[in-house]
Order: sequence, then C-alpha cells, then structure tokens
Amino acid sequence: MSFYVEFYQVAKTFPTPAGPQVIVEDFNLNIAEGEFVSLIGHSGCGKSTILNMASGLIPPTSGGIIVAQREIDGPGPDRGMVFQSPCLLPWLTAHGNVLLAVDRVFPDTSRAQRYDIAAHYLELVGLGDALDRSMKQLSQGMQQRVGIARAFATSPKMLLLDEPFGMLDSLTRMELQEVLIDLLQRDRKTSLMVTHDVDEALFLSDRIVMMTTGPRARVGGIITPTFPRPRVRQEVLDSADYYAQREEIIRFLEEQDRSHRSVAAKTASPAPTHSQPLPAPVSQL
Amino acid sequence: MDEHLLVMRGVSKEFVQGDRRVEVLADINLTIHTGEFVAIVGSSGSGKSTLVSLITGLQKPDTGTVEFAGKRVTEPGPERGVVFQNYSLLPWLTVTDNIALAVNSVFPQWSKAERRKYVDGFIQMVNLSHAAHKRPSELSGGMRQRVSLARTLAMKPKLLLLDEPLSALDALTRAVLQQEIARICSDERITALMITNDIDEALLLADRVIPLTPGPNATLGPSFVVDLPRPRDPEVLFHSNEFRELRARVTTHLLEMRQTTRASAKPARPLPDVLPRHDLRRSLIRTSSKLDG
Repeated sequence: MSFYVEFYQVAKTFPTPAGPQVIVEDFNLNIAEGEFVSLIGHSGCGKSTILNMASGLIPPTSGGIIVAQREIDGPGPDRGMVFQSPCLLPWLTAHGNVLLAVDRVFPDTSRAQRYDIAAHYLELVGLGDALDRSMKQLSQGMQQRVGIARAFATSPKMLLLDEPFGMLDSLTRMELQEVLIDLLQRDRKTSLMVTHDVDEALFLSDRIVMMTTGPRARVGGIITPTFPRPRVRQEVLDSADYYAQREEIIRFLEEQDRSHRSVAAKTASPAPTHSQPLPAPVSQL
Repeated sequence: MDEHLLVMRGVSKEFVQGDRRVEVLADINLTIHTGEFVAIVGSSGSGKSTLVSLITGLQKPDTGTVEFAGKRVTEPGPERGVVFQNYSLLPWLTVTDNIALAVNSVFPQWSKAERRKYVDGFIQMVNLSHAAHKRPSELSGGMRQRVSLARTLAMKPKLLLLDEPLSALDALTRAVLQQEIARICSDERITALMITNDIDEALLLADRVIPLTPGPNATLGPSFVVDLPRPRDPEVLFHSNEFRELRARVTTHLLEMRQTTRASAKPARPLPDVLPRHDLRRSLIRTSSKLDG
C-alpha cells in the first residue's frame, strides 16, 4: 500500500562547534491522503525540523520525504505553509497578500478569476468584509486567518502548520481551530501540524505522533483520536475517550521531561542558571 | 461589613477613534461580594483593560456607576490594588524597595523597622526571600510577577484586581503561580477579580466565571458558578466529571458568542473552476541550480 506522504528513515544532523549534533534520527511516518497528523513534543525535540524538511526549507541529512509520488527537493507551492507568526507583507492588503500566492500558481488564469480565488478563501475564513484592509488594521487573530486563507488558496497537495495558533490568546486560538476544522471539512487536505497544545492536537487530528525529547528525537508513541467528523467541540469534550487520551499524552510529555532532565544531569554539563524552562505538559485548551 | 464590595450598574465607555466613536463597553452590570474570587474571561481587544481602568478609577464611565464599598469610585486608591500583565516594577529598585515604596505611601505612620518587617513578610509570602536584594532585570518573568503581586497585596487592598497577570508567562511558571495565587487568596481571605483569556485558569481559581463578549459593545454574559472543592489540584480536577462538564459548558458558551466570525459562512463568491500549476517554481529552481552547477 502506498501512502500519500512518506517519511522514510529521515535524519537530520546539524554541525556545532562541539561536533555534529543529531537532531532527528530514523524518523518514519506515513500519512494517508486527507489525514490530519500532529507532531507533539517539548521544545527542541526536533518537531519543527521535521516540518521544515517536509516544506523543503532544509534538506534531510539522510532518508527521504515523498509527497504525492514526488520526492521533496526544495520548497514549492504544492505544500501550503501556515507559520506561527502570520508572515504577511505589511504593505499589502489582506487580499493582496493572498493574491500574491494565487498569482504564482494560477499564471494562465484571468485576472478576474485570480481575484475571485483570493476573495473566495478570505470569505471562507470570515474576512469577506476585510479584503482591502491593511495588516495593521487587522488583529493578530485576523492576520492568522489571512495566513490560513493564503495556504488554502494555492490548492496545495498538503498543508504544513507550524504551531499555527501558538501566539494567540487561548480563546482566539480555539476560534481559529474551528475555522481550520470547517475549512478542512470542505476541502480535506492532507495535513501535518506541529503543536504543543494537547487539547488542540486532540480536537484537530486523526493521529497524534508523540516525539521523544531530543537530541536524537524519534517517535515515542502514537495516539489515534477517533471522534467522529465533522467534529463539534462540545461532542469531543463530552466523549468518553477525550480525557483518557489527554492524560496519556500529558503523561508521555511528563515522562519525557523527567528522563530528559536526568540525562542532562548525568552528562554533568554545568546548567546555565537562566535556562529556559521546558514548556510544561500543562495545556491551555 | 458590606456584602456587595463592588457594584457596577449600566456602565458603558466610548472612545473616539479618528472621526468615529467606538463603544468599547456597553451595559456592564457586575456585583462582587466580599470574599469572592471572580474571573472574567474574554479575548484580547474585547475591552478587558478598559473594565479594569473603570474599577480602579483611572477612567470614568460615560454612563452608569461604579460603586466600591458603598461609595462612588472617582479616583484610584490603595483599597483597589492592581496586578498588571507587564509587572510595572521600577527597574532601579530592588525587590524590597519596590514593595517598600508602596508600603511607605500607604502606611506612613508606621516606624521604619515595622515597615521593614512587614515588607519582608510579603516577600516571604511569594517565596522570594532569596532574591530580596535583586533588581527586576535580574529576575525571571515569573519572579517579577511575584514581586508585583507582593507589592499589591502589601497595600492590603480590599479588592485585588488581576489584569491577565499570567498571560506573559510560560505554561510551567503559570501553573506554579496559579497555585500560589489560589493559596494566598484563600489564606488571606482576599476578594479578587481576575481578567484572563484562559478557561482552565479561570476554573482553577474562581468561584464564579463571567464571559465578556467580544468587542466592540462588549458586555458581560451570564456567570457560571464554579462549585468545586478547594484546594483545587489540576490533576485531580481533570478526573472530576463535574469539572469536565463545566469546562465543556464554559468553552462551548465562549465559542458560541463568536459564531458570527465562523468559517461556516457560505462565501458569496464561487471558486473559479481552474487548476493550479505547482510545477512552475520547481522548474525555476531546477534551472537556477543547473546554472549554479
């Protein structure tokens, strides 16, 4: 059986002054067409590295990634990215930002039709009244909606989401999760999302891949949320499995946190006093 | 003792933005009883900070009244202490001196030694005795917020106003400080009003959770009573059916208030029936790499 997306023995090593550092090792993952997969783990576990390799922004040191029967050898519009910060051009309007991406993949289409494609997706994310607003007239949540519209407007074969709601307050975050789930309900994109929000992963995913804490991060376990689609928040929260799966993920993350700390203690490197605390496995909905 | 410590009736507030008038808050009615912990949950930009300014007396309502302990609020006072999200500490003063500054102005009649002992007590309450001589720049975000909390509590306010105090902190520090705030408020029997965007935080700390609708014209929704036993341990809470049920209800309610902005709205513009060309950029890259090679 062939999958839509395949990560085959993917590894990434970065050179450091102390010698090569293995970030990800022997990472294997197959994603079916239309499936939504989340990568969850502590900061520095290499989950963003995996996403960046899928986007083609950085090449794997060894192994390969196949999307829709083609091996990734660089970035391209067949994979739509949604970043943590919206990454929009501040001198363009909401419509202008989406149109820039649309122009790239619909070069033979008429100007009017390209206008409509961009406007269509902005209407879908609830920005139909804000097409001509500039970025500074949009709240952070609205800007992130533009980023989502842009990703869908290029009709990508796959969506790559790098902590797409990480910078938003928890209510806006949940609101945008609903926007995304509505869009995916209409247009079932194969998706890979990096997150450290347990509730977010459970609500959106078909599969949650739990990463061990790096270096040498690998798949530590997989959770399969089976809440029926279309997903309704209340039904998901009321589901008998919800809190059991939530706890399983949190327990895994706590376990990783502890083992990582004991490894760090054993290597006896002097710990910096102002080191960043590891993000807690406590999630904010 | 007044049962109704804070009463807001029909409060509204407008701002002029260019040539438009924007009503930020509309018809706010709120009563806080002595000893209660109330959490107001709303998103950024919904007028939460305006609400705090009205209660502190930094701003005056356009309509309606704000009454505190039976008296109309006209100006800020130490009986309503605020903890801000950005800590608002004086960078050139140590932890001790930052707190002493507030204590000196509220309790000028005390002797120097008395005040010093009193300040040390509050530093101990927030577990910062080891850092009492440090300046804010030498402290982590979580520690700075502890100083800010100690400073506000040292003024012995009748109402503690917490304006998103933990939103700028990482999840781990936030969890620790939530527990400390819960402990201090219950030990000292503090009446508190917390503004937050985090439903779990609200349910963990509050006796009552009140949603603030998205602005403009933001107003308070019906409150949810959180009748869970204290002290509340998050790990235990997440196993409690009562908590789970309440969490789902509050979450759904807050999201329903935002339905107007959902993506389910049918787009007016149909999608043109055209096919994308994803190969273009790829061919460009190949060409340029050939040139490079």
